[in-house]
Amino acid sequence: MSDAVIAAKPADKVETPFRRFVSEFAESKVALGGLVVFVIIALLAIFAPWITPQNPYDLAELDIMDGRMEPGTVGGAGFTYWLGTDDQGRDMLSGIIYGLRISLTVGAGSALIACLIGASLGLLAAYAGGRTDSVIMRLVDLQLSFPTILAALMILAFLGKGIMNVVIALVLVEWAYYARTVRGTALVERRREYIEAAQCLALPTHRVLFRHLLPNCLPPLIVVGTMQVARAIALEATLSFLGLGVPITEPSLGLLIANGYEYMLSGKYWISFYPGIALLITIVSINLVGDQLRDVLNPRLKK
Amino acid sequence: MTVYLVRRILQALLVVLAMSLIVFIGVYAIGDPVEILISPDADQIERERAVQALGLDLPLWQQYAVFLTKALQGDLGRSFVYNEPALKLILQRMPATMELAFGATILALIIGLPLGLYAGLRPDGRFSRMIMAGSILGFSLPTFWVGLMLIMVFAVYLGWLPSTGRGETGTLLGMQWSFLTWDGLRHMAMPAINLSLFKISLVIRLTRAGVRETMLMDYVKFARAKGLSPARVTFVHVFKNILIPVVTVVGLELGSTIAFSVVTESVFAWPGMGKLIIDSINVLDRPVIVAYLMLIVLMFIAINLIVDLTYSMLDPRVRLESKGT
Repeated sequence: MSDAVIAAKPADKVETPFRRFVSEFAESKVALGGLVVFVIIALLAIFAPWITPQNPYDLAELDIMDGRMEPGTVGGAGFTYWLGTDDQGRDMLSGIIYGLRISLTVGAGSALIACLIGASLGLLAAYAGGRTDSVIMRLVDLQLSFPTILAALMILAFLGKGIMNVVIALVLVEWAYYARTVRGTALVERRREYIEAAQCLALPTHRVLFRHLLPNCLPPLIVVGTMQVARAIALEATLSFLGLGVPITEPSLGLLIANGYEYMLSGKYWISFYPGIALLITIVSINLVGDQLRDVLNPRLKK
Repeated sequence: MTVYLVRRILQALLVVLAMSLIVFIGVYAIGDPVEILISPDADQIERERAVQALGLDLPLWQQYAVFLTKALQGDLGRSFVYNEPALKLILQRMPATMELAFGATILALIIGLPLGLYAGLRPDGRFSRMIMAGSILGFSLPTFWVGLMLIMVFAVYLGWLPSTGRGETGTLLGMQWSFLTWDGLRHMAMPAINLSLFKISLVIRLTRAGVRETMLMDYVKFARAKGLSPARVTFVHVFKNILIPVVTVVGLELGSTIAFSVVTESVFAWPGMGKLIIDSINVLDRPVIVAYLMLIVLMFIAINLIVDLTYSMLDPRVRLESKGT
């Protein structure tokens, strides 16, 4: 696609597909902002132990006397609770940053595993065709006809709580999106001449699949992948909110929000409010990036 | 068309059967309902009697066979907790969920279609950008958190709307409906808005994307070149074509709205099927979980079928294709 465009328009500056992609992405300031915010969030999560004033998982550091303090109060440990504390005296700011860690890990991890499984199956379906294709696609249809929240709920009802089970549930819920996307693109791509050429050279199947076919299916896969990370994070939060997700000892953002539910009715809004804002910013920034990626990578919208 | 219909229905039945097996095994193969349902003080004989009464002493495949035969007779087991037929329990709560889902869908269409059309026709306008930013927000906001915030603002601080429950209900066709009374509507407002936010964004985006792609099509250019009025081009040539994906998705979404009402119902303590299923999962009330799932699967397959048929009516190409195969 991009090769043809470059050949047709000899640029004075060397225009690689990547540079072209970057400059098109940067056309939207909002998307660029989203990217910056997301990078900051990711950095916060990675360096959490060096940033937060408190380790929210270390019960020895928590002071129950500081429970449910308003934002801005100075606690017994000598530092200010900028975002208040929850019922156990946990500093909300620390809790949120650590919660981000769990949410991001679970979200990105499950999206990555789902992507590996889904993309491989999608490629296989498109390349093998016939019965393999119809079996895989039936599975995809079955999975997609079932709403994600429900499928995830059921899997967790079967397996029980825990971070690993949440990841398994998310992977099982999401692989089908990748499979469908990759198959759709691969079906078109595999009829192109370069695949025929590769096959004529008698290259081994795996090489044709992964070196020739897969790279050309990447654009839609990247878009779906970005959106799915955001969805995975939201879904994990929802599951945790319903009490079926991560354990109470290491709360993710969703569980932090759930903890604040009962206090909200008595006006102690901050226990639910701030983790929600953090969740919101994370998801919005990822979606903004994904949205622009979709516009840039969709050849049908090219002027 | 008839062959197509028969084949689709057979396919659907097969899916129902497969799902029943998956659900049954998934739900019955884990945990031990005896531990949960029978009081720890019960002696051995009481235990055994209870196990027998619940049919939990049979091998798994026999339990499944019994389950399947009974399911065909409309009996999906008795709830361990309420000691009532599981199906009846769910059907009792169905109207509450249904009115919530339909309310949300109607809201989504009324708000989403015009906004999406506008944003698609003027993709660079300021108002369009605002709409799109709003739709990203609607996609990104986790439903449960929005629900909490709605409660915080409208119930706790402003005190305008009640935060939980269904309120007063009116009777129609022998069922209780909240939308028939003013008090019920007030109770329904927040949950319905909460449930519809995601769908509004979806409809806006689908409509906008559809309009943008359709506007580039040759037949639209031709219609313009013919000198048709912009209104005619927009509403006849463009709008009709984008209705296809929108109808499909909204139809399919009805099922997932019903499923997603699990979250909304939990937040607003709305006594529908979703609330029931969460409670049932927490106490491992298996017959209710199984019955709920089977019902939802049936509903989904029915919705899929209806959408497919509507689709083939709206788009002749689909009809021709299905005749060919």
